[in-house]
Amino acid sequence: MEKLLQALRSTQIWRSVFRHGYPDTPRNRTLAVLSNTFLHLHPVKVRRSGIRLSYTWCMGGLTFFLFLIETITGLLLMFYYRPTAEYAYQDIFGLREHVPLGIMRELHRWSAHMMVITVWLHMYRVFLTGSYKPPREFNWNVGVILLVLTLLLSFTGYLLPWDQLAVWAITVGSNMARATPFLGHEGPGASLLAFGGLNFVHAGDDARFGLLAGRFVGEGALLRFYVLHCVGLPLAAATLMAIHFWRVRKDGGISGPL
Amino acid sequence: MGETLKNAIDWLFEPTRYFLGSAALLGAILYFRKFFSKTIWMWLFFVLGTIFFVWAFEDPDFNKIITKPDNVPILILLAGVVYFSWLALRQAVINDERIKRGEPPVEGEEGKKKVFTWPDLVYTEFICIILFTALLVIWSIEIPAPIEEPAATARTPNPSKAPWYFLGLQELLVYFDPWIAGVLLPGFIIVGLCAIPYLDTNPKGNGYYTFEGRPFAVAFFWIGFILFWVSFVILGTFLRGPNWSFFGPFEYWDVHKLEPLVNVDLATYFWVDLLSQPRPDNPLIREAPGIALLAGYFFVLPPLLAKTILKQQMKDMGFLRYNVYMHLFLWFGLIPIKMLARWVFDLKYIVGIPEWFFNV
Repeated sequence: MEKLLQALRSTQIWRSVFRHGYPDTPRNRTLAVLSNTFLHLHPVKVRRSGIRLSYTWCMGGLTFFLFLIETITGLLLMFYYRPTAEYAYQDIFGLREHVPLGIMRELHRWSAHMMVITVWLHMYRVFLTGSYKPPREFNWNVGVILLVLTLLLSFTGYLLPWDQLAVWAITVGSNMARATPFLGHEGPGASLLAFGGLNFVHAGDDARFGLLAGRFVGEGALLRFYVLHCVGLPLAAATLMAIHFWRVRKDGGISGPL
Repeated sequence: MGETLKNAIDWLFEPTRYFLGSAALLGAILYFRKFFSKTIWMWLFFVLGTIFFVWAFEDPDFNKIITKPDNVPILILLAGVVYFSWLALRQAVINDERIKRGEPPVEGEEGKKKVFTWPDLVYTEFICIILFTALLVIWSIEIPAPIEEPAATARTPNPSKAPWYFLGLQELLVYFDPWIAGVLLPGFIIVGLCAIPYLDTNPKGNGYYTFEGRPFAVAFFWIGFILFWVSFVILGTFLRGPNWSFFGPFEYWDVHKLEPLVNVDLATYFWVDLLSQPRPDNPLIREAPGIALLAGYFFVLPPLLAKTILKQQMKDMGFLRYNVYMHLFLWFGLIPIKMLARWVFDLKYIVGIPEWFFNV
């Protein structure tokens, strides 16, 4: 057995994949992190407090993990979903009717809820340990934008089942946009933007119209939210996450007393 | 016995009592933090919480609201926030005592030693991922994702609620118009969060839990996050029913429950009640008292405080930081002020110019 493993490890294929021996020596442990695309997000060594769960709560890591779950389950769901008013509801309903043990939609939905919570708790921890203080001011700001993106991802996804819950939650949420100062037709100042009797800002061109691609939550809003949910927002979030993780490293790793 | 207790709980959760009670509890926990950071409190919370849950589960109205699939995460949020707040407070108390004795905080002691990412960090992450995956899979098997009736723009459900994480803002619609609750305040929250690292010039508490090193920052975040965000989400989820009326946890969601609206504008108080004359027609004259109040609040108060009790802050922060900070803070302060004014004086608007959609 031992010999077999030895032989396996000395093949050209094995050695082309793994550049180091079993990670039980300092040298190999260092190489394990350095030579692995995913592990090299980490530094080779970390402060002891940085691995203590009662210090970090692991919430940032779990948020990233949930984002990966969302990506995978979301990709699978996209195969079975057509973002039109005609089919959207049927397709989601069909998932329950025709896939007896399917839990992809459940995993997607509950992970999305959890992701909002883990983001909040992550920021809570970062605040309470003062980890936004210099030199990490910029990374805290990246984090705030990631919080907004997480909420927007969840918000756009909320509409896609196209049931009563979805449509009315988005209606309530997007109704706020029509009260935007100057940009919403029921917002303060909008009536000042007029020429003679002609209003520049009205229900057909205000902030809410831009959000929903219409005067109410309809087909246009469904397609718009779908594209943002599946492509636009994930791309933005992934880019910012790359910056976020890279800056964690560059700003001195998981925070600790200076 | 059971009914009396249920009625008492319904009475206790009425929004004013719920809010003021939570505020008092939060203040007490921060003030007596050494006492409340004992382990026994967490045991009490989870054991009593479980007992309460089992007992209340039989009640049809409680059961109906608590077992809604989309409400399960709110319970996780509640348990998570309570537990992690306690955990942070506990470590802050321990660190504060160490610092008082002249020792470095626990994290400082630990920071001297560095450990290898492989295996120490990697296996912690791995275990977290495994446990979390197990939780999500069990949850997904046990509770199917809900799907309601197909969308119908002609049938408005009552209550119509925003997604749960925005319910704090929807709750503020009770007190403010949409342009404040739905646009300005969320905007200020985002801007304010971004501004935190640039406004907080206190070097203490960087990389370790502490309370005494930065009491104001920690207390402010606790109040903002727990009292004005999480507790409002819980209120909006479990205690707001049809027409956004209040319903106790054991109360039936009766569509016909109406809360009389008797709210009065400040202008009416001023012109009709105080000066005994009709409200002037010109909105600017009519709303002059409210406008004066708000102008004083936002533009006279900051320089006045800078000259008096906040002299030191003004010196430490500088002109720009101080003013950005004060304006963000005063917008935040407007929320409890308006809430109290509503509860005490039935105040509707401080400034109410519906002609221009300008109501504060």
